Amino acid sequence: MPALARFTPPRWVKAVVFVLCLVPTAWVLWALYSDATATTRFLGANPITEAEDFTGQWTLRFLAATLAITPLRRLLGWSWLIKYRRMLGLFTFAYACIHLSMYAAVDYAFDVHAMLHDVVKHPYVTVGMTGFLLLVPLAVTSTRGWIRRLGGTRWNRLHRLVYVIAVCGVVHYWWAVKKDVTDPLGFAILFAALFGIRLATRAAARVRREPAIPRPSRSAAAP
Amino acid sequence: MLIRKPDDIPASEITDETIYRDRRKFLGAVGGLGLAAAGLAAARTPLLAAARAATARQPDDKLTPYEDITTYNNFYEFGTDKDDPARNATHFRTAPWTVSVEGLVKRPARYHLEDLLKGQTIQERVYRHRCVEGWSMVIPWLGFPMADLIRRLEPLPSAKFVEFVTLFDPEQMPGQRSDILQWPYREGLRMDEAMHPLTLVVTGLYGKPLPNQNGAPLRHVVPWKYGFKGAKSIVKIRFVEQQPATTWNLANPHEYGFYSNVNPSVDHPRWSQATERRIGELRRRPTLMFNGYADQVAHLYAGMDLRKYF
Repeated sequence: MPALARFTPPRWVKAVVFVLCLVPTAWVLWALYSDATATTRFLGANPITEAEDFTGQWTLRFLAATLAITPLRRLLGWSWLIKYRRMLGLFTFAYACIHLSMYAAVDYAFDVHAMLHDVVKHPYVTVGMTGFLLLVPLAVTSTRGWIRRLGGTRWNRLHRLVYVIAVCGVVHYWWAVKKDVTDPLGFAILFAALFGIRLATRAAARVRREPAIPRPSRSAAAP
Repeated sequence: MLIRKPDDIPASEITDETIYRDRRKFLGAVGGLGLAAAGLAAARTPLLAAARAATARQPDDKLTPYEDITTYNNFYEFGTDKDDPARNATHFRTAPWTVSVEGLVKRPARYHLEDLLKGQTIQERVYRHRCVEGWSMVIPWLGFPMADLIRRLEPLPSAKFVEFVTLFDPEQMPGQRSDILQWPYREGLRMDEAMHPLTLVVTGLYGKPLPNQNGAPLRHVVPWKYGFKGAKSIVKIRFVEQQPATTWNLANPHEYGFYSNVNPSVDHPRWSQATERRIGELRRRPTLMFNGYADQVAHLYAGMDLRKYF
């Protein structure tokens, strides 16, 4: 493990990861096209609903991968993982956009009236749309320039919205399912674990910062 | 004697000629000699003349392909994914099969399926099928009016409802090993709904025996209600005085009512029922009141608040 901790992946690895992240999109677009124009049945009898489900699940997977970077760095000491966090976060946003366009463009054919009705009246759509809107400022401020402009503390505080987004995502999925909540439950457990690790590390850090017996301060100890 | 012609069928419901031609092609394609014979026999039954006219398809009702009808199923007894039933029901045993007739009826007994079907003229009925989830199909069922069966069983005047119960057999139905729903699956109809000429006891589709994943060997179909109101693989028919408890209503009374008539203006609490996606089509289409059978069935619910009795 120490070897891996000091390891820095070559630059091309990032390019490979980037291409891999595109694979689910490429597959679903191709499958939709093929099912519509040829006699293939990659997405079953109801391909549009299937494509919505598929892109939604991948959004949650990318969100989980993004949130897994920090705990993995801490637990395994692989600090180089940070190089991939922004990319995964932006892929989360990209998949959310694709998921939303499946709904707006393919499923509802830009029927604004029907979609507004849906957003206002149906809580699972409201929650999903909220999660999407909250992703926008995070995607916008993901650049180096914005980190500098906001300053580390404010940037970090803003990006804590990602926890709210994760909750929105899981609730959206949970409410969208008719009865069998196995898949949303899987994501709920995954995100709960990712949150739990963070809470545990924070609690541990607090214990370290506030020892039972106060230690003499550094300045006092200095000769 | 006054011979009445059915004058309540709007011109828009009369089958368009191109579809009619398609239909001939289709009949030929499924090698439907027997089917054609069944159709002829049906035409001779006076009760059915009206029913057949009533089931005339909308001009844009194209039959959903057999493959879609038999691979995209909600039949939780065989799993909750749409393709689970087609995969998990292949070895389901549908013979021998008995149906137990119970309750307020003159001839309660355990009937062999063959005895129950004896003397019934199997006919083809093309019905729109609207799922509560917002998709729909057009299915050429084979079956006979439930009214014909009920009359033969002779329910007592005190029977106000009919209950249908699906087989409970976790050995064969892997979905029943989880308690996702309260097993066995139960559905029910008011007696007048069950006796309506559109309500069908189904034994097949597309000119073939009913595939296991579609509810073999015996199911019922109520085309103006959401699909789950039709019980599959029926083993018990019970005539009762009180409204029976039904599975989805027990699972979530707030979301699934006893009536569950297709109604575009009463949304499911979590999603819209105003539109539907016809399997095989790209664009959503508006959902019709009573799934397009309002002219035939609206009178059953005259004076009822359909928001309250959803």
